Amino acid sequence: MNLEGKVRIPSGCAIAAVISKKGKRMTGESIIDAMKPMHDRSNGLGGGFAAYGIYPEYKEFYAFHFFFNSREVRKSTEQFLKERFEIVKSEIVPTRKIPAITDEPIIWRYFVSPLQSVLKNLQLDEDEFVARTVMKINTEENGAYIFSSGKNMGAFKAVGFPEDVGIFYKLDEYEGYTWTAHGRYPTNTPGWWGGAHPFTLLDYSIVHNGEISSYDANRRFIEMFGYKCTLQTDTEVITYIMDYLLRKQGLTLGETASVIAAPFWSTIENKTDIIDKEKHKYLRTLFPSLLVTGPFSIVFGFNGGLMALNDRLKLRSMVVGEKDDRVYVASEEAAIRVMEPNVDNIWAPTGGEPVIVTLEEGCEL
Amino acid sequence: MNIDAKNIDYKNLNSALREADNNLKIVNCLGQRFIAAGVSDKKIKIEGIPGNALGAYLNGAVIEVMGNAQDAVGDTMNNGEIIIHGNVGDAVGYAMRGGKIFVQGNAGYRAGIHMKAYREKQPVIVIGGKCGSFLGEYQAGGTIIVLGLTDDDKNIVGNFPCTGMHGGKMYLRGSCDNIRFPKGVNVQKATDEDMKEILSYIKYFSQSFDYDVNKILDSDFMLVTPDSKNPYKQMYVAN
Repeated sequence: MNLEGKVRIPSGCAIAAVISKKGKRMTGESIIDAMKPMHDRSNGLGGGFAAYGIYPEYKEFYAFHFFFNSREVRKSTEQFLKERFEIVKSEIVPTRKIPAITDEPIIWRYFVSPLQSVLKNLQLDEDEFVARTVMKINTEENGAYIFSSGKNMGAFKAVGFPEDVGIFYKLDEYEGYTWTAHGRYPTNTPGWWGGAHPFTLLDYSIVHNGEISSYDANRRFIEMFGYKCTLQTDTEVITYIMDYLLRKQGLTLGETASVIAAPFWSTIENKTDIIDKEKHKYLRTLFPSLLVTGPFSIVFGFNGGLMALNDRLKLRSMVVGEKDDRVYVASEEAAIRVMEPNVDNIWAPTGGEPVIVTLEEGCEL
Repeated sequence: MNIDAKNIDYKNLNSALREADNNLKIVNCLGQRFIAAGVSDKKIKIEGIPGNALGAYLNGAVIEVMGNAQDAVGDTMNNGEIIIHGNVGDAVGYAMRGGKIFVQGNAGYRAGIHMKAYREKQPVIVIGGKCGSFLGEYQAGGTIIVLGLTDDDKNIVGNFPCTGMHGGKMYLRGSCDNIRFPKGVNVQKATDEDMKEILSYIKYFSQSFDYDVNKILDSDFMLVTPDSKNPYKQMYVAN
């Protein structure tokens, strides 16, 4: 039998997201249901969710979600963490035993804060220290893998269909103001727990439908800045590109969209708004290696909002809907109608046109 | 007769459809793909949101959707009619080779991509609203008509229309001054003779969606055809 990774199956993947602009928290039930009409876009080799605002009682602490291959690895990793972080809570991530999800690793979470003495010694801010720690653990390949590392947010992922993964992780018991979701149909690489979406770093998360033709060019560029692409799949590089452009280069979300989904030169040349034209020329010239080509629709989640984006040629479908304080994004309109049958406004953003939604000012999280 | 599509998957929905009377209605439709694929002899009304590839390989049936539809409506359709009282997603009429599609609202990207025609097989797509980029990409035959009947100030079609077009005709209502066409096509004002060819389609569109046909026709139309002396050259690779 040919294993995944040896056969090539070009197909779908499904994404969905919902955010309350007022920061009202909702359980994961609705986003799980949204994945059901898109069942056939996945093949059971990966499903996952990211949720924001779910750990208000620990919102000052980084929430590390781990997969461990064995108890020994967990023990040694915990020792490693203790030398660098204050661990305020350590617990198994609660799951339901269901027939649809099997072969699970040890799934653990820690709420941590970097030790000030370590930060001072290394002269790093805490985000950079956490990002470097994640890269270090994930590249060592010793059977420990951090798949979520932000504050007051978490990723939950597994091998399985997304609707089963949601039940497995008891997402009906969490409340978040943003949820993103992914159903996977791996095309070029194996379906494994770490390779399921979302891909995260700090509070940034990406769910992605598509295939990145420029993966190696993007990877070679981003690995010059300390990022390591270790997960045998193309999507993680987008997460690191977003981190690099937003956190390190200080670009706005709109500008990052103009880098990764840059318009054709001919389209830029024909722009009549001179400032906009110059801005696009500047960004394409400065970051040519971060243009992401090939089909994609993505939802990028972060503390306080989300951004939905298609590739510039719009080779994947994505629709957006609104109702009251909520904004919905999905690969298919049917998924949005599950979450809100009476959605007011449904539209399809054009290729490369970012849809950016942030919480209204003054939201209590 | 009615088929309630709530919580049934596309296979069961399509089996129920094939066993149903020739005149049927699907209610509570939500995302089921391939509805009426290859069906030749039924009249089907759909309430809710049909999934991708609605009416794929349709072979003579008539489908009417009372709302929006998703991607690839009428994929490789051979004969029949699809009427959408709303918007459609990307790639409507993908590789369509016969029959007619009427959309009241807007269409996404790549409407009519690789549509083709042969002798009596002459497919037609009429879009009442506006279209995304790559309208009629690689169009090889048939007729695409876009009316642009919406209030917004967007162009009637997005970027790169008619890329790789090498057959068939495209009619766009209005002057199209802002549209950039590729070098490989001719764009000219449609003559009375040209308009005669599509009058019946526009009349049928008006009847289906309750528009005044005279108001629609009270405008110039531009006719786009491939220029065989200046054929298509690559777009994707050298950019």
